[in-house]
Amino acid sequence: MTGREAPRTGPPGASSPRRPGGGTAPRRSPGRLAGWLWVLGVLLSHWRRRPGQLATLLLGLAIATALWSGVEALNEQARASYDRAARAFQGAGMPALVAAEGGDLDEALFGPMRRAGWQVSPVIEGRIRIGGAPFRLIGIEPVSLPPEAGLSALGGGEARGQGFTDFVLPPGRTLAAPETLQRLGLAEGAVVATDDGRRLPPLARSGEIAPGLLATDIGFAQSVLGREGRVSRFLLGEGEGAPLEGVTATPLSRVAPEPGRADDMQRLTESFHLNLTAFGLLAFMVGLFIVHSAIGLAVEQRLAMFRTLRACGVSALGLTGALLAELMTLAAVAGLAGVAAGWLIALALLPDVAATLRGLYGAEVSGVLALGAVWWLSGLAISLAGALAAAAAGLLRVHRLPVLESAAPRAWEAASRRRIARLGLAALGLIALAAALAASAEGLETAFAAMGCLLLGAALALPAVIGRALIAAEAVARRPVVQWFWADTRQQLPALSLALMALLLALGVNIGVGTMVGSFRTAFTGWLDGRLAAEAYVRPASGAEAARVIAWLAARPEVTAVLPSRAEETRIAGWPVELQGFTPHATYRERWPTLAVVPGGWDAVASGTAALVSEQLARRAGLRIGDAVSVPTPTGDWHLDVAGIYPDYGNPKGQVRVALGAFEARWPEGAPNSMGIRADPAAVPALLSALAAETGMEPANMVDQAALKRESTAIFERTFTVTAALNTLTLGVAGVALMASLMTLAAHRLPQLAPLWALGLTRRRLALIEILRILALAALTALVAIPLGLAVAWLLVAVVNVAAFGWRLPLHVFPADWAALAALSLAAALVASLSPVLRLARTPPARLLRIFADER
Amino acid sequence: MLTVRFLAKSYPTPQGPLEVLRGVDLDVAAGECVALTGESGSGKSTLLHLIAGLDAADAGEITIGGTRLRGLDDRGRARLRRDLIGLVFQQFNLIPSLRVGANLAFQARIAGRHDPDWELRMARRLGIEGLLGRYPDQISGGQQQRVAIGRALAARPPLILADEPTGNLDEATSEEVVAVIRDLVRESGAACLMVTHSTHLAGLLDRRLHLTAGRIA
Amino acid sequence: MNADRRWLLKGLSALALIPAAALAQGFAGLGATAKGFAEVLPSTRLRFPADHGPHPDFRIEWWYVTAVLTDEAGAEAGVQWTLFRIALAPPDHGGAGWQTPQIWMGHAGLTTATSHHHAQRYARAGVGQAGVAATPFAAFIDDWRLAETAPRAPGTPASALGPVEMRAHGADFAYELALATYRGVALQGVEGYSVKSERGQASHYYSQPFFAVTGWIAPGGARRAVTGRAWMDREWSSQPLDADQAGWDWLSLHLPDERKLMVYRLRARAGAPYVTGNWIEPDGRSTRLDPGTIEVDPLAEAEVAGRSIPVRWRIAIPSRGLAIETEALNPQSWMATDFAYWEGPVRATGTHPGRGYLEMTGY
Repeated sequence: MTGREAPRTGPPGASSPRRPGGGTAPRRSPGRLAGWLWVLGVLLSHWRRRPGQLATLLLGLAIATALWSGVEALNEQARASYDRAARAFQGAGMPALVAAEGGDLDEALFGPMRRAGWQVSPVIEGRIRIGGAPFRLIGIEPVSLPPEAGLSALGGGEARGQGFTDFVLPPGRTLAAPETLQRLGLAEGAVVATDDGRRLPPLARSGEIAPGLLATDIGFAQSVLGREGRVSRFLLGEGEGAPLEGVTATPLSRVAPEPGRADDMQRLTESFHLNLTAFGLLAFMVGLFIVHSAIGLAVEQRLAMFRTLRACGVSALGLTGALLAELMTLAAVAGLAGVAAGWLIALALLPDVAATLRGLYGAEVSGVLALGAVWWLSGLAISLAGALAAAAAGLLRVHRLPVLESAAPRAWEAASRRRIARLGLAALGLIALAAALAASAEGLETAFAAMGCLLLGAALALPAVIGRALIAAEAVARRPVVQWFWADTRQQLPALSLALMALLLALGVNIGVGTMVGSFRTAFTGWLDGRLAAEAYVRPASGAEAARVIAWLAARPEVTAVLPSRAEETRIAGWPVELQGFTPHATYRERWPTLAVVPGGWDAVASGTAALVSEQLARRAGLRIGDAVSVPTPTGDWHLDVAGIYPDYGNPKGQVRVALGAFEARWPEGAPNSMGIRADPAAVPALLSALAAETGMEPANMVDQAALKRESTAIFERTFTVTAALNTLTLGVAGVALMASLMTLAAHRLPQLAPLWALGLTRRRLALIEILRILALAALTALVAIPLGLAVAWLLVAVVNVAAFGWRLPLHVFPADWAALAALSLAAALVASLSPVLRLARTPPARLLRIFADER
Repeated sequence: MLTVRFLAKSYPTPQGPLEVLRGVDLDVAAGECVALTGESGSGKSTLLHLIAGLDAADAGEITIGGTRLRGLDDRGRARLRRDLIGLVFQQFNLIPSLRVGANLAFQARIAGRHDPDWELRMARRLGIEGLLGRYPDQISGGQQQRVAIGRALAARPPLILADEPTGNLDEATSEEVVAVIRDLVRESGAACLMVTHSTHLAGLLDRRLHLTAGRIA
Repeated sequence: MNADRRWLLKGLSALALIPAAALAQGFAGLGATAKGFAEVLPSTRLRFPADHGPHPDFRIEWWYVTAVLTDEAGAEAGVQWTLFRIALAPPDHGGAGWQTPQIWMGHAGLTTATSHHHAQRYARAGVGQAGVAATPFAAFIDDWRLAETAPRAPGTPASALGPVEMRAHGADFAYELALATYRGVALQGVEGYSVKSERGQASHYYSQPFFAVTGWIAPGGARRAVTGRAWMDREWSSQPLDADQAGWDWLSLHLPDERKLMVYRLRARAGAPYVTGNWIEPDGRSTRLDPGTIEVDPLAEAEVAGRSIPVRWRIAIPSRGLAIETEALNPQSWMATDFAYWEGPVRATGTHPGRGYLEMTGY
């Protein structure tokens, strides 16, 4: 080899400016920066020889960033949708006049009110179904609509000339968000019909309208909703006129800009998003454990290099700066990958999140992921900040690194043991705080704070708990190798504790969430069985149809009972409440799931003097059985006794159930809008087809019990898809964290294992002991995770759910799931320990010998 | 090139301060290679570290090429090491993740005085020109120390400080290494102070200073 | 507000036919879109009181009252009350209730020497928010009103109105006036057929310039009792303007001896303006002033809402021995409505001193 091939001598990326050789005087180059960049290159050269370690670091940071930014993307998307919904015309975001006793108003009030100086604008609103999917249809009067109602949101589609005329004159236009068009699979100009056969004006795209909302001119909406001449409410503009009594005899009541529908959405879904955020944060923390381990290892491995650099004239500041630059470079790479992966996660989970929000809250979230530069940048920033936080200890250590003495690992470990004791105390404090917070149970934030304290406390307590267990095991052990095994395991604890904490958190949350979901599923299935007691349900489109259908069904021999019911919307304690009038048939008495009923309660309900109220309403309005509740009706307030309280899972509104007869006496206008049919289950399909054929009822308006249960269960399952997915990802991250920590440890291990090898243990046996050690630690962690998981589940069920949704579930435990999780964590530990152990097993004896000789 | 006057250094111990150096005076001229010998614990290494600015003296004055060490902060001392001093350690202290060639050019690059031709000539002179593409763990201890010497000289510093450079080498290799240092220092016109416990090796150099009881005898 | 309304305005392209607004919008191609609407014919004779009411077969129509007023301290003021009707579709389109293809737009203005106030309202037809009836005469939009409060006195002409109340308000002003006259209307143009260009665009146009006024105005703060004169214009058409016309200057003046003068000047994008008007005698007899017999020239401009607008004019009608100059009471009489224009009271000096109203669009 000739010297002319010298370019091979440079580190990656470092160019070597050639100069004419031979000069004897030292030449100074201007390259201070070049020198610093060279140092950076030298630092980075470390990773080229350890690609696995680099991968761990990048992976850890990327996963942490991905989970965090993925969850943030989902929240962001939902928030953007709510904001858009808030900006879009909603009809509830401003003060309005409504019928004092609920129900619609006559549109003929409009002229007189305007002429009396009231700057009102009529709105009609209702729900329609298209192809089985629910949509909100709103009819507006664009000319009188106050500008602050968010008219501009409807403007997107009108940019083309004749817009206004097209909107108000037949055939009119149905404004819909692009997402809505996509969901319908229709293009602009298409004409759709509702499931009960009413045609909407041709569709027009509007970029600013909320998904799920359809808007037409008021006249078209009235006829589509079958409420010609009716108005849901009059929006109040700036002007108010003469006293209303002089204008109309209809009693009107003013509703405040009811903490708007968008705000409602924000409030209702807040818990869901908080949930997501908590998961994202947890995953991020777990990811940072990985980063911390990987960086700790990289610092450890390069201590000699750092000393050499310092000896060769690199200042402490220059070295730390170069390390920081290295870290930021890696973090930027990992961050970009992580944010991109987060985008993919969000993309994958968005349909379920959107379905959940729609199914559970009726909140529309756009299914098209649209994320701005801010999101990308904040994802990157969180990656950089996370890396910095995880590396802070390492960087500080390098900055203070003495050039001469070698670091004293013994002292550091002693300090670690002291730290474990301190952490144990802190853990006790945190757990006590968690208990106090849970007991106070003031709202969702407190509940989550309690959760945070509990998780952190448990994590911090883990090393102390495992340490005690190991001391006990050591005391029991007789054979020297076993004794050494436990003692040495204890010695490993400080270095592994971060990874074990990550594992504990992942397992604890998994058990907790799994228990909650399982409890919910158990409760929900039973509840659904009782709730859907009738074999089929039909929704008559009108009073006439209701009468026709009832008569037809009464004549059928296979029908044992027809149970008509009616619903009206009202408000109790300022909260939207559905008032349900039901037929007090034995079916309900026998099967309707309740939480508590006063003796003779069903009779009282049947007589019309008492009502059943949903758990949510009872909690919200502070109602107990035996209390009285006052329900506003068109014929005045209706005072009812609370005869019972029943669970009403998944309903964001309150519900009151009364006997249909009494309901109709108080609410004369209207007809049953739903009815249950008791019949021989086997005869139901034939019965429904005959019903459709002979009465002309739309098949879309009838459903058999099995289908309804299927649909309900599907919505329910989707609700927890996201939780389950994040759960799994978090567990995966914990596995990677464990692996990273073990790799860090493996570097320390050789000097510690070399004496044992010298004493006559085979490498095979040593490797086996190592695996056993990791499995023992993982098993102990899993053991601690079970009570932690149960505590988490209890917090979720008894505190978080009650605060967030207003219902409480009976807690069920699923030990089989714990066993599965424990096995899974052992498997993860096994896989994680395999690579370092294999390296140990393959270490040539000569290397062990050398390590033994100079012990670094 | 190197002037040391009245240098004193003590370390605190549980039994009270341990005086290691009690007023050391020495001079090393350019082109001169001086051996520093002494018993174990006589303070040889401490003296060398103080001169290299790796540690701070309690009293006395060190001047290297006209630069006084007193009053320099960490950055100033780092700059001094980078620009004026080449260090050779007993442990070689090569960067394991860099190839031999890059290790050789290491300090010169940090100092901004990278000169491939000069480095190549030195590699030939050290007999390691065939090893430039290897990693440190792929060559022998003697070869590693030659690389470390080359690294110290590549930046053409006016002062070479060597701390037991042959401590990990066998006798024959040690002689070769010391001879190489001596010859290269002469060629480059630098000054050299080499700590060694071997009077035999010290005899190969221009001059020998003996440290006892914290003073130059 | 304006930004939010823009989409509505885009749809209301028919509004571009309104003189007060049309030319400001730079509208083109009117002739083609008049198809399906009723045509303005010279042979049509106006009938009263039916023609006080709306003509939905025509594309646009307005009820336009301007009043020049003086308060008890002698301070001058002016008031405007306007209701526009715009058809969104030809009459064969049909539609009732919410689908009635008509839109109403109200403008109200109040001008003093030191302040100018304005407001606007929109309404759909067919749902009772705005409308006009002929007998008894009543025009309204929201709580703005221009309506007979009693039948016309016996013995007065069929075109005469009984006492009329006129009221409107905005965020920072209000007025309520009583208008009264026993005289009949004056037909503009020739028998109420008013030509708007040499190419024959025309409208049906009559005026009631003889109202005496009492009432109060509240420009910003307290009410002030006022008296004065008012002038009502009624005009309807389906294509009153030529595409080439860039703007319009319209002037109504109460001259000495109960004589009235109305002149307008339609500015063409290219070429000479089309200038015509009517001279109205105290008995209501109205004579058209043919193009070429009137001189209407701007004398001085003012900076108004970022534009240069002529606020002093010279008018000469040699055949009548008239040579006057008009001066705006408040040069800043800018109606910053969705279709913005200048409208305010003026005072005339010269051979025929008097007071009146000036409207200028398309600047």
